[in-house]
Amino acid sequence: MSILINKDTKVICQGFTGTQGTFHSQQALEYGTQMVGGVTPEKGGTVHLGLLVFNTVQEAVKATGADTSVIYVPAQFCKDSILEAAFAGIKLIVCITEGVPTLDMLLVKHKCDELGVRLIGPNCPGVITPGECKIGIQPGYIHQPGKVGIVSRSGTLTYEAVKQTTDAGFGQSTCVGIGGDPIPGSSFVDMLELFEQDEQTEAIVMIGEIGGTAEEEAAVYIKQHVTKPVVAYIAGVTAPPGKRMGHAGAIIAGGKGSAEDKFAALEDAGVTTVRSLAEIGTALAKVTGWQIK
Amino acid sequence: MNIHEYQAKQLFADYGLPVARGVVATRVDEISQACTSLGGQCWVVKTQVHAGGRGKAGGVKLVRSITEAEDFARHWLGERLVTYQSDAKGQPVHSILIEKCVEFTQELYLSVVIDRAKQKVVFIACAEGGVDIEQVAQRTPEKILQTSIDPMVGPLPFQARSLGYQLGLNNEQVRQFSRLFVNLVRLFIERDLSLLEVNPLVIKTDGELFCLDAKANVDDNALYRQAKMRALRDISQEDPREAHAAKFDLNYVALDGNIGCMVNGAGLAMGTMDMVSLYGGEPANFLDVGGSADKARVTEAFKIILSDEHVKAVLVNIFGGIVRCDIIAEGIMGAVAEVGVQVPVVVRLEGNNAELGADMLAKSGLNIIAAQSLSEAAQLAVKAAEGQQ
Repeated sequence: MSILINKDTKVICQGFTGTQGTFHSQQALEYGTQMVGGVTPEKGGTVHLGLLVFNTVQEAVKATGADTSVIYVPAQFCKDSILEAAFAGIKLIVCITEGVPTLDMLLVKHKCDELGVRLIGPNCPGVITPGECKIGIQPGYIHQPGKVGIVSRSGTLTYEAVKQTTDAGFGQSTCVGIGGDPIPGSSFVDMLELFEQDEQTEAIVMIGEIGGTAEEEAAVYIKQHVTKPVVAYIAGVTAPPGKRMGHAGAIIAGGKGSAEDKFAALEDAGVTTVRSLAEIGTALAKVTGWQIK
Repeated sequence: MNIHEYQAKQLFADYGLPVARGVVATRVDEISQACTSLGGQCWVVKTQVHAGGRGKAGGVKLVRSITEAEDFARHWLGERLVTYQSDAKGQPVHSILIEKCVEFTQELYLSVVIDRAKQKVVFIACAEGGVDIEQVAQRTPEKILQTSIDPMVGPLPFQARSLGYQLGLNNEQVRQFSRLFVNLVRLFIERDLSLLEVNPLVIKTDGELFCLDAKANVDDNALYRQAKMRALRDISQEDPREAHAAKFDLNYVALDGNIGCMVNGAGLAMGTMDMVSLYGGEPANFLDVGGSADKARVTEAFKIILSDEHVKAVLVNIFGGIVRCDIIAEGIMGAVAEVGVQVPVVVRLEGNNAELGADMLAKSGLNIIAAQSLSEAAQLAVKAAEGQQ
């Protein structure tokens, strides 16, 4: 098994015919993702990448039986697109777009919770279950089916962890980028809960960064509920307070959100932490007793 | 994006919030008329910069004569104000806000923020204002009162009444506080703010509530739909290199070290800085060159990094996901040649065709050191910055 997505996941793409939607849908199709259609208003009835284009998510769901949607529309339209998917009965929404206004996300998150819809992102690389289903912008070839669950606030940092677990021969069950925004659709805790229940996942890698208290909340959850080994890395030890480091959510503000606080909270919860991001693979081997290939 | 106090107060006035009618002066010879038009014998002169802690740094003063006000303006206009919240260079002072003195009996604290853990807009109030609220929060957290705004129903007067009575306000003041509460939250939401702070809110000697200071930050992601707020931008308050980088869609933050960093992805860029520090070096900057890392962007990134004269070496760390590393290598070589980079450049490429890319860099004949791993790259960059290659 895996979490969130597998070979049976039926995916539509919103913003399908745009540059990003086209490129990454093509990559997903090549990876073997079960893409079943796309949505671009006013282009309904046309065919793109060999798939039907619909005007609305509702039509797409009715015609294809899709349960998952990936969103590449520009930031100013994300609130509308996410809620369109949520109201149309989509159960998992993955929003890749960066730059969604925070107040839009407050409303979107509230409504998704109310409707029981799971949202991943925005401002994230997506979700991948290696060998089965790739939703997002990750380079598929670095992944390998396996036993490590990876959850991260950053894109390229996730790829570093993926590469190390692939090179070591451990592979990944599912990798989830929860995104770098202050109000993400899903949190570390949400993903830790799923990884803990997932049989295929034997160990978890968690990659955090400065800003907010999501890692501290994860530490509390791990201490109480997670029995699997967790290796954690936090980026931004050298980041100065009050400065936004690229991601909208990566800022030490009001004395909260420093990397040291997060490392301390995780260590207190019994998590194995690494200070060098190059040591994620070796730390995993150490804590699990697995042999590096 | 930050805005000035005088701009925030204009916004406050638009929302019916009680603020002083002030005058902004940008030249010393405007001070006299400003004071006269405001009337009275006593004024507060306040430097307008994007940094908190102005009072402690001498950037706010109570003056009792026009001469004194002019002296203040003469001292500060064109100077830089260094506060505990600014960097060591400080913020340039180009304007001064002049207001009539207000006599008051008590200082309170109010703010509206986004609580990331609660995922709600939260209104914060404290009966002890005018001071560093973080210290109050640390020493006596029970004095910080909070109420969350439901995203579906918005701010409700009962929440304000509850806070107001806890703050020790009387009936008339609670009535004023309710209007203040609803209007502050409306302003926060309608203008897409990320922070709104009134420190202090004062109780004047006549018992009325009054916003003595006003601070507002705007959510950058929402600027596209906030034309009025966009117009309030003051570029002079931003780091010129950061503002320049933003024009090219590059995320750059200047730091104090001497190893320039160029990385794709914000998380990896922070991780790379941390690696440099782990091996005893000091990063000169944060720079996210973006996903594509093509020649044009890499060239611009090199120019920005090298505009910092402290940079003694550059560490390029690219995880070539979908873009092939040999193509990235070509871009880096082109950029190094075009910019005429004089300092050593250590490059670590990972991902598709990484070995081919590294091989091309090693044979380029340019001042480029190809590293095999991130750890090695960080160590080589630290050594290169120390002058040993």
